Amino acid sequence: MWTWFYRLASPPFVYRTAGALMPWFLAAAAATIGYGTIAGLAFAPPDYQQGDAFRIIYVHAPSAWLSLFAYTTLAVAGAIGLIWRIKMGHAVAAATAPIGASFTLSALVTGSLWGRPMWGTYWAWDPRLTSELILLFLYVGVMSLRSAFEDPGRGDRAAALLAIVGVVNVPIIHYSVVWWNSLHQGATVAKIGKPEMPGSMLWPLLAMFLGFMCFYGAVLCMRLRGEVLNRERQAAWVREAMRS
Amino acid sequence: MNTAAEGLGVEAVHVWRGDRHVLKGLSLEIDPREALHISGRNGSGKTTLLKVACGLLRPEQGRVTWRGRPISEVRSDYQHALAYASHEPALKGDLTALENLRFMVGLKRRSSAAELASCLERTGVASCADLPVRVLSAGQRRRVAMARVLGMRAPLWLLDEPFTNLDAGGSEIFAALIAEHVSGGGMAVVVAHHELVLPTAARRLELPG
Amino acid sequence: MSAGAAILLIVGRELRLSFRRPDQLLQPLVFFLIVTTLFPLGLNLQLSLLKDMAPGVLWTAALLSSLLSLESLFKGDADDGTLEQLALSGQSLTVIVIAKTAAHWLLSGAALVLASPLVAIALGIPSAAFGTMLASLVLGTMTLSWLGSIGAALTVGLKRGNVLLSLIVLPLAMPLLIFGAGATDRAISGTSPAGALYFLGSLCIFTCTLAPFAAAAALRITLD
Repeated sequence: MWTWFYRLASPPFVYRTAGALMPWFLAAAAATIGYGTIAGLAFAPPDYQQGDAFRIIYVHAPSAWLSLFAYTTLAVAGAIGLIWRIKMGHAVAAATAPIGASFTLSALVTGSLWGRPMWGTYWAWDPRLTSELILLFLYVGVMSLRSAFEDPGRGDRAAALLAIVGVVNVPIIHYSVVWWNSLHQGATVAKIGKPEMPGSMLWPLLAMFLGFMCFYGAVLCMRLRGEVLNRERQAAWVREAMRS
Repeated sequence: MNTAAEGLGVEAVHVWRGDRHVLKGLSLEIDPREALHISGRNGSGKTTLLKVACGLLRPEQGRVTWRGRPISEVRSDYQHALAYASHEPALKGDLTALENLRFMVGLKRRSSAAELASCLERTGVASCADLPVRVLSAGQRRRVAMARVLGMRAPLWLLDEPFTNLDAGGSEIFAALIAEHVSGGGMAVVVAHHELVLPTAARRLELPG
Repeated sequence: MSAGAAILLIVGRELRLSFRRPDQLLQPLVFFLIVTTLFPLGLNLQLSLLKDMAPGVLWTAALLSSLLSLESLFKGDADDGTLEQLALSGQSLTVIVIAKTAAHWLLSGAALVLASPLVAIALGIPSAAFGTMLASLVLGTMTLSWLGSIGAALTVGLKRGNVLLSLIVLPLAMPLLIFGAGATDRAISGTSPAGALYFLGSLCIFTCTLAPFAAAAALRITLD
């Protein structure tokens, strides 16, 4: 029963599987993002409160969701590497960190672009955006820690521990920021409110969520293959694979 | 290979440091009344081997056993049974020699100040007992570290380059202490660069570079 | 030797070592005072307006000066090899971490708490809020010591580990800042700080129970 789990530990298996899955993820991502973008931009009606500005939610919301999802993946993969000593876990963690950080950055940029027409300023310390910012700091911390060690094995394990500590703290941080914001709420409601969602708005959004997930999967497979090759560069199978 | 049921056993241990395969399936065993002299060039993995034997380093493959049981199962007992002297003397500079001993030995077993003072005497640094370690010379610190090993009253000694910075007199004292320990039923694993002259015959393990 | 006795022995050693270097003991405290001075100088506010910013200023300064002393939590022992001896002393690493972190709080956190009324007066915090302020600082500095022990264990032995330590610990410490300063703020404005203090307390308990295990695991990674 556990054999499939331990096969995950085999680098050639991971390399081949990631290579096989990648085109499927890409195709699915292209299709769903294509639909979501066109339907969201062209066919969904403008929101009665925010006008056309709300459309940025089609990029912002999936980015934010994926930034959290990627961090959780980072922590879980790191935990697998740390607890069961499966090196491929560390490879997945190392591959996913920059992707998650990019999604966080994307969420921050799209969030502040969304805020501009609503608040008149690019940054108003909205609780959700502030949480995203802190999440970005957590990502940077994990990535910096990993690269600070000369011995890559130690770097992997230290980064995994930090990611686990971080993932436990993410809900705490989010709650604190929400509480903090409720204290200092000014006259204007400084929140990116989700507009009421009729079907024509909702379906493209769900499609974008799915599409971003598939995109994440595709990019993860791509980076994972690179990580595996780099980590296993001494092994015979890598030389074979490079030759072919 | 029979498992050393009364002493230390290292079984087919592999350790990588980054890309370097430092220990390649190394095995050794040591029983009571035995001394093992480990030698090898710089970078051959002597210190790494000692750290694996202590349990500070987990090998990628292989295991270490103490009295037949893996050390991961008997961690506390094993640590009480060993005395490790690393390459650095491992002393706090702001504490006196005696305070250092009282603290480190005290964590493992009860001892009296008089007993620890006599350990310092046996290694020839009784006069340094109340001096802060930072004012002592390198050779004196080495002797205080050895006094700590004596004070722990542990059956297994793991010593990494214990003769560094010692003069001829000090080397003689240390060799005699090791011999006395071994003939009294203890075990000693000594990493030494140069030729080790132990009164008792010691087995020799040369690590490939 | 029992865990409790070992903790007392280690705490005793830490205190003894620190009191032999009194200048190093005082440095974070002085830093705390200097940082609190920076804010009024930089912002050029009158005392009545400073009062509004006071909790945040006090707490930020406390956070930063605690970070300064965190680097030395394990570094001294790691540098001279005594950390390895501690790891081989027959006590579990968790016990060692608990002892060293407790000693660290006694030496730095407690000192901050004792100095805080002075700073509070300078920043214009009314004495009615002192109780809340002290309570929040006690809980907060304790939590920070525990949280910081994880960061210190992860970065010990790294070159320029201090910067990385701050980078790692500060985001995780932001909830502390929010609730600690928030509690003091409410006390000043007259509303009840109880909710914030309870949350700070539960955060403290949560961290105190889990952090030693995480820090011990981090030390094992470092010693490897």
